[in-house]
Amino acid sequence: MNKIRTELLLCGGTGCHSTGSIKVRDALKNELDKQGLGKEIKIVETGCNGFCAVGPVMLVQPEGIFYQKLAEKDVPELVEEHFLKGRPVKRLFYKESASKEMIPQMHDIPFFAHQELRTMRNKGIIDPEVIDDYIARDGYFGAAKALTEMTPQQIIEEMKISGLRGRGGAGFPTGMKWDFASKSPGNVKYVLCNADEGDPGAFMDRSILEADPHAVLEGMIIAAKAINATKGYIYARTEYPLAIKRLEIAIAQAKEYGFLGDDILGTGFSFDIEIYQGAGAFVCGEETALMRSIEGKRGMPRPRPPFPAHKGLWEKPTILNNVETLANVAQIILKGGKWYSSIGTETSKGTKVFAISGDVNNIGLVEVPMGTPLRTLIYDVGGGIPDKKKFKAVQLGGPSGGCIPEYLLDTLVDYEEIAKVGAIMGSGGVIVMDESTCMVDMARFFMDFIQDESCGKCTPCREGTKRLLELLEKICDGRGELEDIDILEELSVTIKEASLCGLGQTAPNPVLSTLRYFKDEYYAHIIDKKCPAKRCVALLKFEVDPDKCKKCGLCFKACPTEAIVWKKKEVAYINKEKCVECLTCFSKCKFDAIN
Amino acid sequence: MAKLSIQDLKKIKENAAKGISLRQEQGRIKVTVHMGTCGIAAGAREVMSTLVEEIAQADRQDIQVVASSCMGMCSSEPNVTVQVEAEEPIIYQKMTANKMRQVFKRHILLGEVQTDFALAKM
Repeated sequence: MNKIRTELLLCGGTGCHSTGSIKVRDALKNELDKQGLGKEIKIVETGCNGFCAVGPVMLVQPEGIFYQKLAEKDVPELVEEHFLKGRPVKRLFYKESASKEMIPQMHDIPFFAHQELRTMRNKGIIDPEVIDDYIARDGYFGAAKALTEMTPQQIIEEMKISGLRGRGGAGFPTGMKWDFASKSPGNVKYVLCNADEGDPGAFMDRSILEADPHAVLEGMIIAAKAINATKGYIYARTEYPLAIKRLEIAIAQAKEYGFLGDDILGTGFSFDIEIYQGAGAFVCGEETALMRSIEGKRGMPRPRPPFPAHKGLWEKPTILNNVETLANVAQIILKGGKWYSSIGTETSKGTKVFAISGDVNNIGLVEVPMGTPLRTLIYDVGGGIPDKKKFKAVQLGGPSGGCIPEYLLDTLVDYEEIAKVGAIMGSGGVIVMDESTCMVDMARFFMDFIQDESCGKCTPCREGTKRLLELLEKICDGRGELEDIDILEELSVTIKEASLCGLGQTAPNPVLSTLRYFKDEYYAHIIDKKCPAKRCVALLKFEVDPDKCKKCGLCFKACPTEAIVWKKKEVAYINKEKCVECLTCFSKCKFDAIN
Repeated sequence: MAKLSIQDLKKIKENAAKGISLRQEQGRIKVTVHMGTCGIAAGAREVMSTLVEEIAQADRQDIQVVASSCMGMCSSEPNVTVQVEAEEPIIYQKMTANKMRQVFKRHILLGEVQTDFALAKM
């Protein structure tokens, strides 16, 4: 007999784990037992709720009250006041960053209010380690329908009607990809799931796996039926231990219930899934490199064609779909392709999950309909820029993407529209940058990353990105010459055209897009030998401007090496011998007084 | 475990859906037990436990139980407010486990307001 009156949905994603949700969970359990509430109030550890910036977070249901930044020491008060006496604890409510207004109910918080949950419909509601929770939310009914009522061709048609495109970045129509693989001759075929998320600032695939692993398995089962595959692999990077653990649990449960293995649901169809752990190489997200890696070889791409739909893993017809793509499949089959395509734009249907990070108030994971303006995403959902600083640019699509300046913020979230302004949808990493970001330094950061991650197989990528990095370092160091800009542009175009795989073909994008919108910053570095955002150490003097200094001493308090000399009511002074040029004083000074 | 059929899957869903019903929908009926210090001292905890047991026995997922603080009528505690959708909320006073059972069976399940125990309409 279920005597539970209240459920506490405590976030157990990687983000909240790292801010202490496990300790909060244990303390809650103890305290509830102590107050005699253990039998009527249940703690449910869910996957990532999405609002990572204010974690650990907890939702009290059915009241809908949302608590943020919980700590172990808050628990006794919380249990006594709210759960025993019915007085919710106001100081733990969410506070709007701009108005400081307290918002008790989760659905009133702007971060959640603008979202439309489809891919992440189960996040924060189900316990990802309990298969029955997933089934309660229509789980495995899509697979059951596909296996018992539909032919492979009907499944593919439904996927085509839905308009779902690959959420890993390139946006290839999913139904068409499956169609190619299903028509390829062969008895042995494979379904692969790409969980090798490597973009800096992207964590949506990890969160989906942690919050709703069965949705990904179900998507793979349906894909397997569509192309008649018998074996599937999930390629997950080993840096995602919690996601892998939950996937392992999910696979074991699905096998026990008979959703995986031989003769699924008595239909005669057999399919099995195995996890393959990758070592976390960016290039292994590229489909041909990923397949090589599963084969046990070094993860390097090969030329296409032949495309994997004809010759993929072990030369057999193979489809590779991203985690987010697969998480949508079961619902499309259950509710129909028309239902899915009812929202979105002409060419981009459904919703997209974004990981918002950087200089923005609400860091976290959000799902919005395609066609939402970037401005809404950053200001309404993301809550705008902290510390009253000005917005400078938003980086979309990771190292393969580009940055978008403020005057283009009304661009809609749509594969084509975003490509028009020089970025890509990518896997959905959104890095917001305020005025203190140096765009040349930003391009240098991404090029450094690409340079590390290039597999080295083809010369344009291996050597070209190294030369790009050297040029950018030269400019950041104040040794830049005007002709460097021309070389950067020319080299970028060559790398794009001559590289073998997507990594190299998109590697120069951070350089090209910063040159397109922020060329004046390159000029400032080269001609004036100045870094407008005060980020490039070699171009800074580390001197205090006595006119601008308000004698507040913030720089003095922040300096880790005691290099700043300051007394009350006196202008600060920087001792160059002790200074390690760490930039702490620059970030702390509110008056722009350090040069 | 034997292979599941679609019928089995439907059965699992029915049972599991009960288990997570609190997480997704607001109940059609909301029962508030006023649990200020005065309420607890007067026996509100026992009333609450009885209510939760009755709901479990009746196997109803559309009834939401909320603890709230003192209403200000400490002399009439334990107080319980029953709010059926689209009807006026009724406040009951000086509740006990037995009275709670009666209110649950007659008012909440059958819709007959138990005026004898009522303090006020809200």
